[in-house]
Formats: sequence, C-alpha cells, structure tokens
Amino acid sequence: MAIAGFLIRRILTGIVVVWLVSTGAFFLFFARPVATVARQLAGHAATPQVIAEVIRNLGLDQPIMVQYWHFLDNLVHGNLGYSYFTQEPVNTMLKQDLPPTISVVVGGVIIWLVVGIGVGIISATRPRSWFDRVSNILVLVGLSMPVFVIGELLILVVFLPLNRHGITWINTGYAGISQGIGVWMGHMILPWITLAAVYAAVYTRLTRGQLLDTLGEDYIRTARAKGLSERRVTFRHGVRAALTPVVSQLGVDVGQLLGGVVVVESVFGLGGLGQTSVQAIYTDNLPVIIGFVIVAAAFVVIANIIVDLTYALLDPRVRIT
Amino acid sequence: MTLLEVRDLTVSFNTADGVVQAVRGVSFGVDAGRTLGIVGESGSGKTVLTQTLLGLTPGADISGSARFDERDLLQLTEEEMRHIRGERISVIFQDPLTSLHPLYKVGWQISELIRAHDKSVSKKDAAERAVELLSRVGIPRAERRVNDYPHQFSGGMRQRAMIAMALALSPQMIIADEPTTALDATVQAQILDLLLRLQRESGTALIMITHDLGVVADIADEVLVMYAGRAAEKAPKREVFYTPHHPYTKGLLESIPSSSAAGDRLRPIAGQPPSLINLPSGCKFHPRCGYVMDRCLSEEPDLRQVGESGFHNSACWLPAGAAGLSEEAEELREEAVHEERGEAAAEVAEAVAADVPGVAVVGIEGEGAAE
Ligand SMILES: Nc1ncnc2c1ncn2[C@@H]1O[C@H](COP(=O)(O)OP(=O)(O)O)[C@@H](O)[C@H]1O
Ligand code: SF4
Ligand SMILES: [Mg+2]
Repeated sequence: MAIAGFLIRRILTGIVVVWLVSTGAFFLFFARPVATVARQLAGHAATPQVIAEVIRNLGLDQPIMVQYWHFLDNLVHGNLGYSYFTQEPVNTMLKQDLPPTISVVVGGVIIWLVVGIGVGIISATRPRSWFDRVSNILVLVGLSMPVFVIGELLILVVFLPLNRHGITWINTGYAGISQGIGVWMGHMILPWITLAAVYAAVYTRLTRGQLLDTLGEDYIRTARAKGLSERRVTFRHGVRAALTPVVSQLGVDVGQLLGGVVVVESVFGLGGLGQTSVQAIYTDNLPVIIGFVIVAAAFVVIANIIVDLTYALLDPRVRIT
Repeated sequence: MTLLEVRDLTVSFNTADGVVQAVRGVSFGVDAGRTLGIVGESGSGKTVLTQTLLGLTPGADISGSARFDERDLLQLTEEEMRHIRGERISVIFQDPLTSLHPLYKVGWQISELIRAHDKSVSKKDAAERAVELLSRVGIPRAERRVNDYPHQFSGGMRQRAMIAMALALSPQMIIADEPTTALDATVQAQILDLLLRLQRESGTALIMITHDLGVVADIADEVLVMYAGRAAEKAPKREVFYTPHHPYTKGLLESIPSSSAAGDRLRPIAGQPPSLINLPSGCKFHPRCGYVMDRCLSEEPDLRQVGESGFHNSACWLPAGAAGLSEEAEELREEAVHEERGEAAAEVAEAVAADVPGVAVVGIEGEGAAE
C-alpha cells in the first residue's frame, strides 16, 4: 500500500529530524563554558567550591561525548532527564504542560480555519459588497497586530471589565477539562481568539483570493452550464478546489505555530510548553530545553504528515510518495 | 419549426476601461434539428452571444429577446434557467483540458448533471448512465474509465466526455463553442465526426461556433458571419461559400489554404479587429476593407437581402447584386467603388493597402493592388 510505505518513510525521517534537532540543541548548549551554567544554578554568592560541586553533581565535568552518549542512551529509553533546579523528571513536566498547549493549538487552529475560510468564502462570493469591504479592513488590522498586543488588549477590554462586574466565566490561567468543559472553555476562549486572530486574517485573505480565482475557472462555467444551483456551484465545485492551496498553507503555518503559542501562553499565564520552555532557556535548564525541543520537532513532523495526507486526499493529481 | 429565435440581441460590459460592446443587435434563428455555424475571428463576440442566451454572462447589460420553445430565455428567473441549462440546451466548451473539474471523477461529473435535473434517479442508475454515455462517445472500456479523473484522459477523450455530458439528457439544442480548436488536427476530425453522427442520431439542433470556415463547410446548414459584435453576413451555407457578399466573408474564404478562392497562396485579412470599447465609425470593417467607399466611413450598414435566393443577407454597402467570386461580381464591386469612393475613402484605402502587403485593395496600384 502506498499509504503504509509513505507513513513508514515519513516516520523514519521524522525520527531522524527529531534526533538531529535534539543533538543540535545539546551541542549548542555546550558551546559555552559549563561554569556559567553552574554559577547560575548555585546562586549569586556561590563560592568556587560550591560551583565545582554543582558541576560534579550534574555530571557536567565528564567529557562531552560521554555526556552525549548518556543523553542518547536515556533518550532511546524514553527518559528525558531531570530538571537541573527541581530534579523533577522532564517527562512529568511535559505531561503537565501538554494539555494547555494542545488546548491552545487545537482550539486556535479550529477557530482560525472556520472563521478564515468562512469569511473568505462569503467575501469571495459577494466581492465589493459591504461585508467584503469590512472584512478586508479587519484582515489588514489583524495582519498588522502582533499576537501579544491582541492578547493584552483582550485582557484589558474583555477580561478585566467582566471580572470587575463579577462575571468570572471568562478567565485567565489554565483549567483542565476535568473541571468541566464550560470552565475549560472559559479559560481558553481568550487565548484561542488571540492565537486565531492573526491567522484568521491570513486565511480569510488566502481563501478569498483562491476562491475568486477558482470561480473564474472554465470548469465553474461548465458547472453552471450543467444547470447546477449556484450554491452547489460555489461549494461543491468552487470551494472544493480552492481549499487545496489552503491546506498546504496550513502545513507551513503549523510548523511556525509554536512561536505564537509561547506568546499566548505567557500573556494568559497558561503555563504550557511554550511558557515553561522560555523559562528553561533563561535559566540554561538543558534537560528541560531539550525535552521541549523534541516535543516541538515531533509536533511539526506529525502535523506535516497529516497535512500531506490530507492534501493527497483532497487532490487526486497528488501522489503520496 | 423555429426552435430558437434571437432578435436584436445586444450585450455590453461595463469595465474600468470603458464599455465593451461585445454584441450589437444580432438576430438569427435555428430550426429544430438543424445546424447553424457561427464564424468570426477571435473576439468577434461569438462566445458572449451564445453564453448570454444561457445567462452565463454575469455583469452584462443585455437587451433584445431570445425565444426558445415559447419562452424568452432572457426573461427567465435563475431557477427557470437552471432547468434549461444542461437539460434543454447544453454547451460544449473550447478547452476540454480546463472545462472538466480536476478533482472529480469523469463519471461522477456526468452523473451529477443527470441527478441535478432528476432527483429520482439513484446514484447507481446515474453512474450506469454515465458508463453508457461514455461508451457511446467511443471511450474504450468505459466501465473502468468512468472512475478516472480528467488528468488521466487525453485531450480528445476529455472532449468526448464533454460531448457525452452534453448529450446526457437529450437536449433540444447543443451549443458547441469551438469544440475542436484546442485539439490536434487528427483528433479534431474525429471529434467533429462524432459530434455530427450523434447530432444526426438524436435530432438535436446544433450551434457550431468556429473561426474555421472549413468546419462550417462540413457541417452547417446556415452560417452567421460575425464581425466586431455584429452579423456581417447570414445565409445558407451554399451562398456563403459560392456567392459571398461581404468583403469580410470573402476575406475569410480566401484565407482558407485549400479553398478554390485562395488560389495557391494564403491571403490574410489586413489589419486587426477593432477595439470593442472604441469602435470605428460607420461600417466597423472599413479600416480593413479593400472596397471602402465614402458612405462606409459614416453610415453603418444593416443586414439586408442580397443575391438571388431570398435567404441571403449581408451588412455591406456594395450593390446587392455584387455577390460571389465571379469576374462579373468583381466588376460590379469595382464599378461601385469607382463611383462612390471620394478623397476620404481613398485615404483609408491607401492605409489598408499599406497594412498588409499582398491584400487586394480595389483602385490602388502597385504591389498590393488587385490582380
Ligand atoms: N465578462 C466580460 N467583461 C468584459 N469584456 C468581456 C467579457 N466577456 C467577454 N468580453 C469581451 O467581449 C468580446 C467578445 O468576446 P468573445 O465573445 O469571447 O469573442 P469570441 O468568442 O468571438 O472569440 C471580447 O473583446 C472580450 O474581451
Ligand atoms: S464596402 Fe463598405 S460597407 Fe462593405 S464591408 Fe467594406 S467598408 Fe464595410
Ligand atoms: Mg470564444
């Protein structure tokens, strides 16, 4: 089966990618003298003895290739090591941080696709109507706003006023689904809107442009000449063809998504993967950094496999290889 | 019996550059089971003329009427028009490569048409009909090819599939808009043969649009020659080929390499078709006409009866009797030009002669003169 071969090949390449990325992160870290790291860990007024002690405890005094071997050995056994500071297993930290991040990503992507594609379709089928004009302006606004500005704005004009009036459903911080779907959504709604805003603008513009082009194609004229309803012509024939490039754009955007997620998590204090990894970078917490790098790389690899599969599913001219 | 009667159809488009006058006051009729050939250079309004009949020219300003089976097509609601398209009148487009939807199976696209007009047909029955239709248009192993996507079909096969779709609901009329222009010469002949055979079998009326008079010679009963959105000449096929009246028709005939009128060399028609935004004054053909006379510059001729049959119409100021390729006809034309060409027209004639070497311009001596 073509699909099985494709999956096996892509998963193997994915593993190589993850290995390369984590190795890169590992050696980049040691591009600096280990004493800088240890000094940070040991605190401000540490004596040289304390620092040497820290270095020894963390195994940073061993030859770098030995450390790397250790690292790889742990890695294939699914052990990502322990935080330099709390000694907490990185695996545990990942397990805690994954739910908020996945919540942000999945919800944000769904909202931006629904809004972006929906508004794009309405705009394209009524070009130069008031709806189209207003949405064109909003698209420009959305494109020109950095993610953190949108986030802070939502806190300022939505969250704070509502809270002041005792409406606490919309909230910051993270609440797991176990506390109830409603509670979870209340915590996620602002992060979702923030992440979705910029991308929804991009996808509105993309969908509108693609659909306008598609609706001018000869096969759309054929569809009309067949006596199909305008609705069927637009959706079954027009939108169907316009969506293929939208899906390939999605592949590109998902790869770059984690940058935006970091900002959203920090603004709303969700404590997800992004927020934790930023802290880890500030404190040179190597095992944590590498753990997150691996998860991020795996995320990109998996997302791209899904997108490529979807693409082949949407367009019979595309062969998965 | 007249199936389609188009009266005074005028179509224009408002664009940023100005008003495009694509079709101006064209009238014609098509009888049931007969074939009308519409001929003209690219841009002469052939496509706009026929697409307007089916409401497929969105944004156009339209006037005139088009009676089809007791109703005026131009007055139908969108929903009424839907039942005409594909069911009563179907269209075969020029480019089979782009006219089928690339993401759907060929058979599905045919079934979709069938089910769009009759919901009671099951998917399975519609799919079986699609197989029958594909094998009827000569696609081998149709029961397997129905499940192919358009990119798995050759150009000729795609056009066969378009023909199958056009025939699916046994329409009363098929509009074929340059159905072979995009195909190889050998495939062209096959597709034309097929179209003709099926038309005869089903008794469907056919409007065959082409810029190739050779195609018209093979299949048309009547011919409408279009120039710059107007009817230049309208007549039964024989008259158009043996006693053409309009200099533009004559020019088209002479540009067919194999025709007797061409002798042994190809004579292009001098100059370019006019801009439909800034139309010339008078007869729209005058900047390219070897017979241009003074009144041609200011007055636009309407179609009127010429020749002897009573069915031959031409929009040209040359004498009604001056039809044909004979010496006498040419003498009649030269006489008229001699009498009616003043200074203004003489200047235009000089320009026409200068434009394309080798074109016949009456009254101009030298390299470009008539033999
Ligand atoms: N939607 C439109 N808007 C503006 N101009 C158009 C439109 N459709 C066709 N035209 C113009 O009308 C003229 C006639 O076109 P067409 O009917 O396609 O010519 P033909 O089929 O004889 O080659 C051309 O000049 C073309 O540019
Ligand atoms: S002779 Fe005059 S009217 Fe006739 S085609 Fe030429 S320019 Fe037009
Ligand atoms: Mg055309």
